[in-house]
Formats: sequence, structure tokens, C-alpha cells
Amino acid sequence: METKNIMIVGVGGQGSLLASKLLGHLLMEQGYDVKVSEVHGMSQRGGSVVTYVRYGDKVASPVIDKGEADYIVSFELLEAARWLSYLKPDGQIVTSTQQIDPMPVITGAAVYPENLVEKMRAAGAKVDALDCLALAEQAGSSKAVNIVLMGRLSHYFDLPEEAWQKSLEAMVPPKFLELNKKAFALGKNA
Amino acid sequence: MKQLMLGNAAVARGLYEAGCCVISSYPGTPSTEITEEAAKYDEIYCEWAPNEKVAMEVAFGACLAGKRSFCAMKHVGLNVAADPLFTMSYTGVNAGMVIGVADDAGMHSSQNEQDSRHHAIASKVPMLEPADSAEALEFAKLAYELSEEYDTPVLLKMCTRIAHSQSLVELSDRVVPETKAYEKNIAKYVMMPGNAKRRHPFVEERTRKLTEWAETAPINRVEMGGTKLGIITSSTSYQYVKEVFGDSVSVLKLGMVNPLPVKLIKEFAAKVDKLAVVEELDPIIEDHCRKLGLEVMGKDVLPLEDEFSQNLIAAKLGGTVHTGAALEDAIPPRPPVMCAGCPHRGLFYTLSKNKCTVLGDIGCYTLGAVAPLAAMDMTLCMGASVSAIHGFNKARGAETEGKTVAVIGDSTFMHSGMTGLANIAYNQSNSTVIILDNSITGMTGHQQNPTTGYNIKGDPAGKIDLEQLCKAMGFNRVRVVDPYDLKACDQAVKEELAADEPSVIISRRPCALLKYVKHEAPLAVDTAKCVGCKNCMKIGCPAISMKEGKAHVDNTLCVGCGVCEQLCGVKAFHSTKKEG
Repeated sequence: METKNIMIVGVGGQGSLLASKLLGHLLMEQGYDVKVSEVHGMSQRGGSVVTYVRYGDKVASPVIDKGEADYIVSFELLEAARWLSYLKPDGQIVTSTQQIDPMPVITGAAVYPENLVEKMRAAGAKVDALDCLALAEQAGSSKAVNIVLMGRLSHYFDLPEEAWQKSLEAMVPPKFLELNKKAFALGKNA
Repeated sequence: MKQLMLGNAAVARGLYEAGCCVISSYPGTPSTEITEEAAKYDEIYCEWAPNEKVAMEVAFGACLAGKRSFCAMKHVGLNVAADPLFTMSYTGVNAGMVIGVADDAGMHSSQNEQDSRHHAIASKVPMLEPADSAEALEFAKLAYELSEEYDTPVLLKMCTRIAHSQSLVELSDRVVPETKAYEKNIAKYVMMPGNAKRRHPFVEERTRKLTEWAETAPINRVEMGGTKLGIITSSTSYQYVKEVFGDSVSVLKLGMVNPLPVKLIKEFAAKVDKLAVVEELDPIIEDHCRKLGLEVMGKDVLPLEDEFSQNLIAAKLGGTVHTGAALEDAIPPRPPVMCAGCPHRGLFYTLSKNKCTVLGDIGCYTLGAVAPLAAMDMTLCMGASVSAIHGFNKARGAETEGKTVAVIGDSTFMHSGMTGLANIAYNQSNSTVIILDNSITGMTGHQQNPTTGYNIKGDPAGKIDLEQLCKAMGFNRVRVVDPYDLKACDQAVKEELAADEPSVIISRRPCALLKYVKHEAPLAVDTAKCVGCKNCMKIGCPAISMKEGKAHVDNTLCVGCGVCEQLCGVKAFHSTKKEG
């Protein structure tokens, strides 16, 4: 199988590492060769962060380049737009509609662009946008946005529900499992 | 059983399987997780040392005593530890010793983009360079065999993309070699001129033997494919080459980057029409090829700066370049910022307000340089703030003394700020040093240090008292201030700058991200009271923005630190804490 590419993008501190761990576990269990590339250190302090997940028969590069991503999973709208050029022409964006102003917008040095979902669609991207923060809060914690997004992403994968549940159980501490299962279902069925 | 494992965790696993017994490191991105992961194996003694030089010397002591040892650091950390490295090359080892060093091409979290291979060449120490997690594990084990067989420390070079990528590894059991007897050997281990003179020829002979090993070593591997182009490469660059060209070109993949083979490269070059070297940063393999008289493509087409990627290799060496769509709108950048509730913010606001010249240092607080605070004038390397303020004030005297401060974190102060402070105490400049004590090593992701009272496992440990330490050096003026209290910060900075002698301010409050730190309820803005003056925006808090002309607090980010509240002239902020 040709290598498939998933990018997880967001703002440092939003929980993308758990999402990539979950995907890594899921895909490895399906028997794929998997590479997951993360960012640690300074950019985790509220900067733009990206995690690359690649799987297939044999994966070489640990990173995804422009025009290569089959999926972009985004925690924040501006970040989806920032990485748009990494999406394949027929790729799928799954994004939360949450907006977090970056410091240049806060200081007034830059403007947060409007109508980003429509503009990304106009640029040819398939965009699945939903208010993951509200769904996460409904599940019991604003921190569960990552799992809401994973639930939503599961729509696009031809994998049995049990495989996702098994990876959730393996990657999430037992204390938070029920909450995260709820978050996953809310994302999936939204 | 196969496992998905981070490159750094795979190094730790390799150390474990190789029977490593002692690890001493100083945290630094992207090397930190090697030691954190190793500390999870109870069989290995692990510690955070105050700096990389200490760490390397601890590891040397352990290998001298007969146990396999290790130390890890980031690329710039190897500069700090270069002193022991260069002479350990002469003494060699007793039990095996491996040094992990992680480069950061692309500077994801570093102040420069130096290439550690220069240190390997200059110190004449062999260097292995894995290209994925499986190799990271395997090379860590191989490094010990080479170390003991060739009587040398061995450098294991990681880079951000190998250190922080997960790929599949296979695990084996731990095998601990018998402890080597410790035997007194003055000629080998006491490096005074006469002995060192006799050891130097040994070093040159060792390099010759290692070069011979490199000619046929399985980790230097030829993968023949199409012969129109032959590429010599290593590390993550190898993966980009395979991604772009697959088997359509021939590849010489080098697992050992110092010393480099000669015959192997010449034979490979003879089999292909055209030769290229793909290596990030400096042209080390390329220069080696040129010295061998080979015609080679390299830095004439590939950049000296930044990381590579598959599209870059494709564009420069003739592969398929992928492109994607883009929006017409300018996408505002999202640089890292101090977190909401960061204890450094109040202090930097005070420095900004007082228009201080701020000589900075390495840590989260380097973000004090970012607008709107912009309260930093210089950042160079670990500890430079404290040394440089002394030079700054010696050069200009009273002209600068009253408005210049040095800022340094607790961990960085322990790393190499103490010696600079000793210089101020000794050579007496009227300098004001501010220690930003957030009770942890923050930027690298919360490692303990000698001021926190806990060791790498989180167990109680020795604790250095910063106030007593400064007083013992001879500082009469040492005071502690809470950076959440803007009035107190302002008073402390003004008074210590005005004082006629050197002083230390300790700005003390634990990092807001620490698990044990209890957060207050988020604040909210009474939009009827807010006059939109933007005073609260001057602190650059990511939780505060302007919505329809009024301040707005993001309640998912705010931790209720109350610094913004102190800047509001109309008392528009209030706590969302529920009564009762």
C-alpha cells in the first residue's frame, strides 16, 4: 500500500500528542509500518505545532511535505488554513471551529482572516468543520477536544469501531476513559 | 515484539539492553527524553547534573570505575562539555562510554544550528548516526562494543527528526557485561604533558583502525539501484532520499559519520555515473569526497541552512515536487509565547515599564523578548546574562549600572550562572542580577534541578538555597519578590538598580504548568466597566484579546493569576469563582 499521510495541527498545549499516540497505536495494530513525528520544546509554548503520522507497507521520511497530506486534523481554524498547502488536491480537512488569536493578532499587528472554512472550500479542499470544544465540554472536559477530533476522523477510515476503542483503552488513563469514550462518540456522531 | 517508539526512547532502550549502569545528563531539546526514558528502568542509575560538563565527567568517572556509562546533551551542550571530551579521547575508557548528542537543524528549540560532527572530527572520537528508532536502539548497543574494543568514548548523534519521531523497534533482553576491574594506570589516565604526548599517537592509530572498520562495517551500507545517480547520505536525509527516489538511484547509507571510509566511497563512486552527497548543515561528507579527488554534487545545490525535506531533495536533485493549494489571505504567524499565568510575565512587564536594558539567558523566559513586552536586549548562551552584565557595566560604569539587569532562570543559574555571579562578587561591578526561580527547568518540559529539592525520579534530594548561596558569595543585597505582585516587583527593581552595590533579586513563583500548582478561577471582564484602554494588553497574555472594543478573557486559558487585573484602572476584571 502506498504511504498515507495524516497531519495533526494546532496550538501548543492543545493535546495533539495524545491524538498522535492514539493514531500510532491504531495503525500499528493494523499491521502497518508507522512513523509519527512530533515537536517538543519551545513551540509547545503556545506556538503553531504540527505532528505527522504516516503509515503504509514501508514508510521512509518521518515528515509530510507540501501537497502530500491525505488528512489534516486541526484543533484550531487558523492552523488548518496555515497548513492548507500540505493537503493533497483531493485531501480532507477535519477541523474544530475554535479560534485562538495568535500574539500578532492580540497586539493588533495582524488580522485574523474571516470565513476561513468557506475560503478553504473555495480553494478546493474538502472541509469537515465542527465545534469540537462544545462537544468536548459536553463530554465533560474542554481538554477532550483531541478525542472528539479522533471520533470525527474515524468516519473517514474503513476500520472497525472496536479497533478505535481498543486503542483508546490502551492510550488513555483508566480514570478518563469513560469521558474520552463519550467525547469520541460525540465527535463521530456529530 | 514490535513497538512504536520515539527515537530518544529507543536510545534509552539500547542503553538498557547494553547493560549501561550510570547516566548523567543535562536536559536540552531534542535530547531530553533519552534520560527521562532511561530513568524508568530501575536497573540504571540516572541523574540530572547541573550542566553538560559535569554530566560528561560523571559518566567518565563511572566508566573509569568499570561500569558502562552514558551522558546526553543537545548540540550546544557539547560545547560546554567539549573540555572533557577532547582529553577523554586521549585517555580512552575502561568500561564503555557513550555520549548522546542531539542536533537541531531548523532550530525548533535552539539558539544556533551548529553541526556536532565538527566536534567528533576535532576531538577524534568516533560518531554513529542512526536514521530511525530501530537504528537508534541498535547503534546505542553497537557504540558500547566499539567503545570497549577501540578504547574510546563514542558519540551517538541524533537530530530533531530522529529523536522526536516514533517508528517500529524490536526489543531484546538486557545483558550486563561483567564489571571491568579498576586498575591504577597513571600513564593512561593522568593527562599531564609527558603522558598525553604518549597517548596522542594512540589516538591517531585508533582513527586509522576505525577507518578500516568503517570500510566493511555493516552500518555503512550500499543499496544498489539505478546507476545514473549515486547518493551518499546518512540520518534523516537518507529517509528523504529513499522517499523521493526509492530504488531508482543507488545509495551509500553511512551509519558512522566519523571517521569516514575511503575505499568504500571510492568504489561506490566508481559504480555510478554521477555522485551526490545529501547531508543537512555542513558539507562534511562532501568535503571528504573532494579530498579523495571525487567529483561530487552537494552544497552547490543543497542549502547549508535549515532542515531538509522530501520536496527539497526532489526539487534540487530531480524528483517529483508536490504542491498544494493556498489562500490569498495573509495567515498571521503564531510564535510561541509565555503561557497564561506564567510567573515571568509580571517581572518582564516591570522591566519593560522601567525601560531597563535586559541581558537575557536561555529558557522559557527568552520569550520576554517577544512583543509587546520586548523586554530583552541580548541572549547568547547558558549563563551569559550574568557574565555579560558585568562586562557591560565595567565598560560604561554609572551610565548603565542604574538601568541594566541580567535575567536568568533557576536551572540556567545552576548550569553556568554561578561562576558569572562569582565574578561580579569578586571583581565588584554594581550589577543587578534577577534569578527567575520558577522551581523547575521549564522549557525542556519540567526537569528537576539542584534548587528544586527533588531528583530525576521525583524523590526528595539535596536542595541548594539560592539566597544563602548568593549571600555566601558576598552579596549584601539579596531579596525575594513574587512576580504576580506588580507593585512589589516595581519597588524591588527600582531599589536594587538605585543601590550602590551589586544585588540579586529572586523572582520566585512555580511554573503555572506544574501539576501541583493550584489555579485560581478564570477572570472575566465586565464589559459595562471596560473602557477599551488596552492597558491589560501590555502584558502580552495569550488569554486576553479585544472583542468589539472591549477586553475579553479566554476562560479555557486563564488561570486567574490576576496580573492583568492590577493594570486595570476601572476595575473591569472580576473572578468567575462561585461563592460558597
